[in-house]
Amino acid sequence: MSGGMREDFREILRLTPAGARVLDVGCGEGDLLDLLTRERGVDGQGLEISADGVSACLARGLAVVQGDADHDLDSFPTRAFDVAILSKTLQQMRDPRHVVSELLRIADRAVVSFPNFGHWRVRWALLARGRMPETRTLPDPWWSTPNIHLCTLHDFLALTDDLGLRIEACAALSGGHPARFIHPRSVLENWRAEAALFVLRRD
Amino acid sequence: MKALSPANEGYESGGGVWRFPADRPLRLDSGAALSPLEVAYRTYGRLNADRSNAVLVLHALTGDQYLASTHPVTGKPGWWTRVVGRGLPLDPDHHFIICANVLGGCMGTTGPSSTNPATGAPYGLAFPVITIPDMVRAQAMLVEALGIETLFAVVGTSLGGMQVLQWAADYPERIFSAICIAGAARHSAQNIAFHEVGRAAIMADPDWRGGAYEAAGVRPEKGLAVARMAAHITYLSEAALQRKFGRELQSDGLSWGFDTDFQVESYLRHQGTSFVDRFDANSYLYITRALDYFDLAAAYDGQLAGAFVAARDVRFCVLSFSSDWLYSTAESRHVVRALNAAGCRASFVEIETDKGHDAIFLEEPALDSALRGFLASAAEKRGLS
Repeated sequence: MSGGMREDFREILRLTPAGARVLDVGCGEGDLLDLLTRERGVDGQGLEISADGVSACLARGLAVVQGDADHDLDSFPTRAFDVAILSKTLQQMRDPRHVVSELLRIADRAVVSFPNFGHWRVRWALLARGRMPETRTLPDPWWSTPNIHLCTLHDFLALTDDLGLRIEACAALSGGHPARFIHPRSVLENWRAEAALFVLRRD
Repeated sequence: MKALSPANEGYESGGGVWRFPADRPLRLDSGAALSPLEVAYRTYGRLNADRSNAVLVLHALTGDQYLASTHPVTGKPGWWTRVVGRGLPLDPDHHFIICANVLGGCMGTTGPSSTNPATGAPYGLAFPVITIPDMVRAQAMLVEALGIETLFAVVGTSLGGMQVLQWAADYPERIFSAICIAGAARHSAQNIAFHEVGRAAIMADPDWRGGAYEAAGVRPEKGLAVARMAAHITYLSEAALQRKFGRELQSDGLSWGFDTDFQVESYLRHQGTSFVDRFDANSYLYITRALDYFDLAAAYDGQLAGAFVAARDVRFCVLSFSSDWLYSTAESRHVVRALNAAGCRASFVEIETDKGHDAIFLEEPALDSALRGFLASAAEKRGLS
């Protein structure tokens, strides 16, 4: 990733209180957890599916369990964390609805980000070319993409309504640019945002 | 094979046999009391002034205290010289490493071949049945006797991994971190079944003599060797056996008889016969029994998380091997889920390998790097340099 810190990391860092108990779901090699530990002194726990990712995290001194959100969130007790983070992997979950609802069972607050399938480039690829979109945020061809549950910003909004969740903040993310706070119900933003980041609470 | 790796030369810093006085018996789960209790151990490195750098290493079923020093019977290097030594994850330059022979063992800690004070003869089957909590209680007595209030880490493999979990349940305030490698929180039906094969082989040997073989001046070597052969298969993965031996023959053709035609047969027989030189048949019966009785959740109404609720301040690391079918990844995951449920700080990784349970002792860079990372961050939190 060019330009230093990922734009969603910057937002998450800003939103995370010092010393918070944080669960990072799909924490990869632990970049975000490491950042939060160093900058905010959080009590961090990661969940990561790849053994290489977990090993990298262990080498950095992070507490990370090899597992995945679809199967392992249910092992955590209710309200075990202050913040649960699911960064750009919601669309890869088998059961995204269950995952979002679990995040808000085990944590008081969830930070969820995902690529917006309503972005104009995506719509254009489908409308004009009649092909599955391959964009900066969705680079893989349809037959090899790990993204099995893509949604638009407004689709996700409908899910949060359905689950009775409160949206504390919503930001549009686009590679390289600083996050932009937006009104999630805006029709225009559903065209403009390449990816979206939601901060959710139970209502 | 005899040469020690230079990394470990001269690192043994002490050890011997700790003899607890008769007024300090070991209270056993069975209700019996064992006295006098002796615990044989070895140490590596030096205890620092704060007494904060002690690491207790817990060995597997047929392991012993010769963690990183030449074995007195076999002349082979210690069983974990891959991990313990200068520049290695457990480093005598930084850690004070203790390894004790398990209760019921045959390398100096009180076991069925020890002298029964009531008769003056070896205990044999008069030795009380022991459990994993009993083993841990004896280890805790040794650690206390060595003047250590809190262990920086308790690290165990296989049977030792189970003891690590028991330590976390019984003495959470006395451990700072816990590493369970290829362990489990209970023995499965398949685990018990394999052990029963081993015990049946020992007991079927006419030289077992109802456990009183020492008085008769014989040893049930055939039975113990068969027990080891059966167990050894469970330590290897099918892929590793196939890779090592395939259907390779010992000589050019089949013997058309029952000699060791196949290389895998020869290997297993060697495993069996070399084992009897260094292990006692009754110890094998007692320790396998303790493993079979192990079910950590049982004392917590079947809820494993209950065993860990008092251990929320302990830093846990659970490691499994992908091709281990003796104590599989599923068993480790079961432990990790319970740690999560109890709100413990836990790390877990399944190490990708085709070497089976035996990967504990073999070249596994991913194991080293996981141990190194976990121990380094724990050391930082503990204030060790």
